[in-house]
Amino acid sequence: MAAVPKAETAKWKMVSCDPDKCTGCATCEYICSLTKDNAFSAQKSRIRTMRLHPLINISIACRLCTPAPCVTACPREALTQSEQTGVIMIDDDKCDGCSWCIEACDYGAITLHPELKKVRICDLCEKEKDGPRCVKWCPEEALDFVTKDILSQKARIAVTKKLFKESMEAAGIKA
Amino acid sequence: MLGYAGRILHVDLSSGKIWTEPLNEELAKKYIGGIGLGMRLLLDHSKPGVDPFDPENPLVLATGPLSGSMVPTGGNGHAFVSKSPQTFAMGEAKSHGHFGTAMKRAGYDAIIFYGKSEKPVYLWVDDDAVQIMDAKHLWGKSTFETEDAIRNELKDYYIRVASIGPAGEKLVRIACIMNDRTRAAGRCGMGAVMGSKNLKAIAIRGSKDVKVANQERLLELVKIQHERMKGPAARKYRTLGTPENVLVLQKLGAMPTNNFTRATFDGADKISGEYLNERFVAKIIGCSSCAMRCEHIAVVPEGPYKGTTTRIEYEPLWAIGPNCGVGNLDAILKGMDLSNYYGVDAISIGGIVGFAMDLYEHGLIGKEELGGLELNFGNHEAMIEMIKRISLREGFADVLAEGVKLAAEKIGKDAPNYAVHIKGVEMTGYDIRGLKTAALGYAVSFRGADHNRHGAYGPDVGGKVNRFKAEKGRGKLVRETEDLYAIIDSLIVCKFSRGTYFEGYKDLAALYNAVTGIEMTPEELQKAGERINNLGRLFNIREGLTRKDDTMPWKVMNVPIPDEGVAKGSFVSQEDLDLLLDDYYEVRGWTKDGVPTVEKLSEIGMEDLVYLVKEKTEKPKRKPKEE
Repeated sequence: MAAVPKAETAKWKMVSCDPDKCTGCATCEYICSLTKDNAFSAQKSRIRTMRLHPLINISIACRLCTPAPCVTACPREALTQSEQTGVIMIDDDKCDGCSWCIEACDYGAITLHPELKKVRICDLCEKEKDGPRCVKWCPEEALDFVTKDILSQKARIAVTKKLFKESMEAAGIKA
Repeated sequence: MLGYAGRILHVDLSSGKIWTEPLNEELAKKYIGGIGLGMRLLLDHSKPGVDPFDPENPLVLATGPLSGSMVPTGGNGHAFVSKSPQTFAMGEAKSHGHFGTAMKRAGYDAIIFYGKSEKPVYLWVDDDAVQIMDAKHLWGKSTFETEDAIRNELKDYYIRVASIGPAGEKLVRIACIMNDRTRAAGRCGMGAVMGSKNLKAIAIRGSKDVKVANQERLLELVKIQHERMKGPAARKYRTLGTPENVLVLQKLGAMPTNNFTRATFDGADKISGEYLNERFVAKIIGCSSCAMRCEHIAVVPEGPYKGTTTRIEYEPLWAIGPNCGVGNLDAILKGMDLSNYYGVDAISIGGIVGFAMDLYEHGLIGKEELGGLELNFGNHEAMIEMIKRISLREGFADVLAEGVKLAAEKIGKDAPNYAVHIKGVEMTGYDIRGLKTAALGYAVSFRGADHNRHGAYGPDVGGKVNRFKAEKGRGKLVRETEDLYAIIDSLIVCKFSRGTYFEGYKDLAALYNAVTGIEMTPEELQKAGERINNLGRLFNIREGLTRKDDTMPWKVMNVPIPDEGVAKGSFVSQEDLDLLLDDYYEVRGWTKDGVPTVEKLSEIGMEDLVYLVKEKTEKPKRKPKEE
């Protein structure tokens, strides 16, 4: 049997939300619960929208932490992290809904399925051929399916533009 | 019958009794949901002639069949329906946000409130567990504070709250019901009815599934809508938002200014959508399920109102701005925010303040009554002060809190000539003196002065008709848009999305069918729209309204537009109005008195309500009693 390849965390992609673009419409919640549970339900969605103020909106899904605190916290070894994708896999036979993982997650990216009483975490729509459906359906293109390296690259581009703009203005040149 | 929750919740606030009953499928098909279903439930559960503030006047809250689904703009709506304390006839107001989604998820198509609680309470709906909670500690609080306090005490941030502010508690007749901080069920004084029941708020946690009949088909349709919403059909709402109207109407000489004294505003450039977006808009957000997002959140950057953060739309901007002669955008935004805070309709409050300014300038009220306030047009500080006083019924503003119609009657002399309202509801921001298709729509609207029961300004503003002329054919235009708007408000989808249903009823029926599994043809859906408009009319007839109530403000019929320009000299004469009404009643299949005939009601499946008109249509020649 071939050995499992080493984890390539740099290639892991996750669902990331740009709060500047997010409008708080929760379309991601609708499509997620429909995909996973054939129903519209916020509680069954693996991505959740948070509007703290009209100006502050974001959607949050699993951040693929490594090592993952949820995996560490699970007393029943029900959670494991895929080395290929970083997805947290849930063994429903072991999970008893104790929710230690929910407490361990700093991002609120884990929910307890209201009927099954098993925890649910974004699995990046592994079974869908086009990748995460929330990303496809977000009407504002606020969601992205990206590696952390690309995220930092995006941030670098944004900050460089901002710095560039400021220095241009300081020099009295119109961009 | 998916999409619908299949359940109606009844809450008797007098006895504390709470019960549910199944939603009658026949009723659902006939009246769809939202305002249609709500209006029918009101008619069936109320007695004629009851005062709107009497405990016997029920307050109905309804979602639509699309609420809770992923249909863009459709997933989130709710409607309040009751006998209006402004019109003493059919009152309804809708709102969006996240509240309607929660209500559907909790498993209710409608909630009917009866009676009156002895002390202040709020309703806590936690799926199937429904409790009446003490609200003594919330009484007097603003809508913002109430929403936060309830979420805090019930310890769940995702609980959605609809509440009234101090204005609703004090029975200010233009009080609204706010939800999700910035969203209002604004018109017709629904918040005052809620206040009359000592009902401070409705808090909902919904965690049930919302299932649809045909998932794949629905997703196909949603995808199409998403694409259309990115295109030109929703451009206005995605870019400048409704304040785009400022310069459009200004150019047409159709922007009422100084309480309909003029039809253009000198400071329009400084309150335009363009100006506003460049300097004030910090973010555009969306309601649950929406793929358009239209909610422009403005922040005042400096000055005495610095930090004021509020949602902006053309109508309240117009009412508090040009209608009061105010061109100071900082103050206008503060006024809008205060309206939401106290819980008054931001359109009607501008109507009332403008009316009071008009009276002040004509010497009908003086400084003495106003505690020294100089209430001239354009005095923005006085405008802000009056919003507060009216909302809290302070001093002379207690009279104004009755709305312009009743206030004018109390003030006497020729004050009624300055009261710009229809059926008791203050006018909205279209100068219908030079928009005669719209004028008809406003005159016949069953909830009083309103651009949202018909959208008949469309053909006028768009240049499809000669807007300065009253002629046959306008009745048909009004009727068509009224029927469509009734369906939009019953499904419930957002009016701003109307342009994305390229094939009208066909698109809407497709969405309805995919969600509910009920096969309804576009024709049947149109007929339901017709039915709902007849229902509004029937309720008003039951409450004693007649043809003479389908009329216009005195100024619209007696003072020609004075401004130089295209619209100069235009007004709606009695002759114009009679011609328009005759034409409209005819295409509706109503009598000359505006009463639906037995034949018409039978044709549209309303035989069960024939009793309301039988006597009136049998003797159509009989003159209405003189008052």
